[in-house]
Amino acid sequence: MAEQPTASGQEYEKSLGQSDARVAEFEKRRHTPLQRVQHILHSNPTMVPVIVLMMACVAFSIIAGERFYRPFNLGLIMQQVSIIGILAAAQSLVIITAGIDLSVGALMVFASVVMGMLGVNLGLPSGIAILLGVGLGVTGGMLNGFFVTKLRLPPFIVTLGTWSVFLSVLRLLTGSQSIRSQDIDATAPLLKFFGHHIDIGTPPAGARITFGVLLMFAVFGVLWYVLNKTAWGRHVYAVGDDIEAAELSGIRTKRVLLSVYMLAGGVAAIAAWASIGRVGAISPNGFAEANLQSITAVVIGGISLFGGRGSILGPLFGALIVGTVESGLRLAGLDVQWQIFSIGWLIIIAVAIDQWIRKVSA
Amino acid sequence: MSAVTPVVEGRGLVKRYGHVTAIDHADFELLPGEILAVIGDNGAGKSSIVKSICGAVTPDEGELLIEGKPVHFNSPIEARDMGIEIVYQNLALSPALSIAENMFAGREIRKPGFVGNWFRMLDKKEMERFAREKLSELGLMTVQSINQAVETLSGGQRQGVAVARAAAFATKFIIMDEPTAALGVKESRRVLELIKDVRARGIPIILISHNMPHVFEVADRIHIHRLGKRLCIVDPKQVTMSDAVALMTGAMQPDAVAA
Repeated sequence: MAEQPTASGQEYEKSLGQSDARVAEFEKRRHTPLQRVQHILHSNPTMVPVIVLMMACVAFSIIAGERFYRPFNLGLIMQQVSIIGILAAAQSLVIITAGIDLSVGALMVFASVVMGMLGVNLGLPSGIAILLGVGLGVTGGMLNGFFVTKLRLPPFIVTLGTWSVFLSVLRLLTGSQSIRSQDIDATAPLLKFFGHHIDIGTPPAGARITFGVLLMFAVFGVLWYVLNKTAWGRHVYAVGDDIEAAELSGIRTKRVLLSVYMLAGGVAAIAAWASIGRVGAISPNGFAEANLQSITAVVIGGISLFGGRGSILGPLFGALIVGTVESGLRLAGLDVQWQIFSIGWLIIIAVAIDQWIRKVSA
Repeated sequence: MSAVTPVVEGRGLVKRYGHVTAIDHADFELLPGEILAVIGDNGAGKSSIVKSICGAVTPDEGELLIEGKPVHFNSPIEARDMGIEIVYQNLALSPALSIAENMFAGREIRKPGFVGNWFRMLDKKEMERFAREKLSELGLMTVQSINQAVETLSGGQRQGVAVARAAAFATKFIIMDEPTAALGVKESRRVLELIKDVRARGIPIILISHNMPHVFEVADRIHIHRLGKRLCIVDPKQVTMSDAVALMTGAMQPDAVAA
């Protein structure tokens, strides 16, 4: 009889008795101030965009003065970012699962065109036209989700493909013809519902808040609740974080992924409805850069492109940062290229900060 | 031995992948309250047989009985619903989620009443309380916060969370697949103590491991798997580690040892 197990472990582990026994326990450690900042940001991922937004507001109030910070301009910024904001909310859902949806912008335009054609050209009741438009969004999202889950294709490739497919189909359907604002007013005014507004104070001094802006806040509020307070929301994060671990934990990952793409499509269609109110007319050629702008808002909002990390409220601030920077630089009288220049740097800095936060250690 | 009903019993299990027979009429038996170690050389089919017990693999032939009743699992979720838990070598936890969220992944508790049923709101307080209680029971509760992300924990701490999760929800038995393989010496020691704690609470454990000292320390019986079937069951008190290795590699035949 050779090896006899002892009560306190193996023979060769004898020296362990003299060593530090606290390895597998949870203990407090000292952190440098920088590590502490890293920790705070790690547990509060929305703090970076909030701080950046506040800094941008202060900076532009100094540079551009009263023209920037008067209520009317602040309301205008919110109006300008409302559509991209809602689209960024849809994009966030997909990015949290470590995917990307290049087709949301095209799907939004597709849904707005369908709403317009059904409601204005075919004279269907507006409510039904809107419902069918939202249904189209959900179906388009389901198509993406089907290829990603059932055929296991990379989301980037799938949505790059459906982006072209959606755009071409909608242009074939409409013959690239826009639907004019007067025609919408005459036959289906409900399509422009989100263009209505509430004035706080008297224009031009007061702020003008459109229903579209309120819708943006509502969409973010609902998604925040769903992602943080329901099991489905936690599963979305778990899938994006480590899909194998989620699967092994008993989460039905394919079902979660499919539902995320469908919801993203539905939210994109709601953005479509709001976009009719914002623009007035329906154009199959509008919002050509909406995909990339939504990804920009998500990234600046601190949602990790690697999935599983970031708050849904981040992209709301991300969209507001983009709007603020654009408005501020314009009012400061700088060339429009400087707006694009600054947004480019913001993206790179945001991703760099995300990488740093991810490296947090105990 | 025949008087007790095994917690899980496999009879004549067969699983073929094309021309390869991963499980070749294998038998399996786990008794109440024991730690059964499963050892075998690479490719002997020990993970296949354990997968067929936890529902990850559906056997082509044979019978699987849980507490004497025939069962047929189509997925690991079905096995889990029956109270079978698995601890994986690669620490199947979501790094960015908290300890409490990981413990309840896939089986969250909703708030009672209207907010739970209609708004599907999670009962975070209850889940945190439960997670804290289960970690304290296993002596792991010097944790800074139950809402701490799992990625901020060390490997041993993570495996502690995984073991606590399994122990909290297992009503039948726990399968541990190389639970110490990814850990250092001291952390392995802590996890071995945890395994003994779990047995002391009456939950039987199937332990798959390559680490002979660990197997001989904690196992009550050792199932030696070779060429797709159970070669023999040995008592770690009667057999040396070198004999066990000789048996599983085929250097020795089972009748050479009085098991």
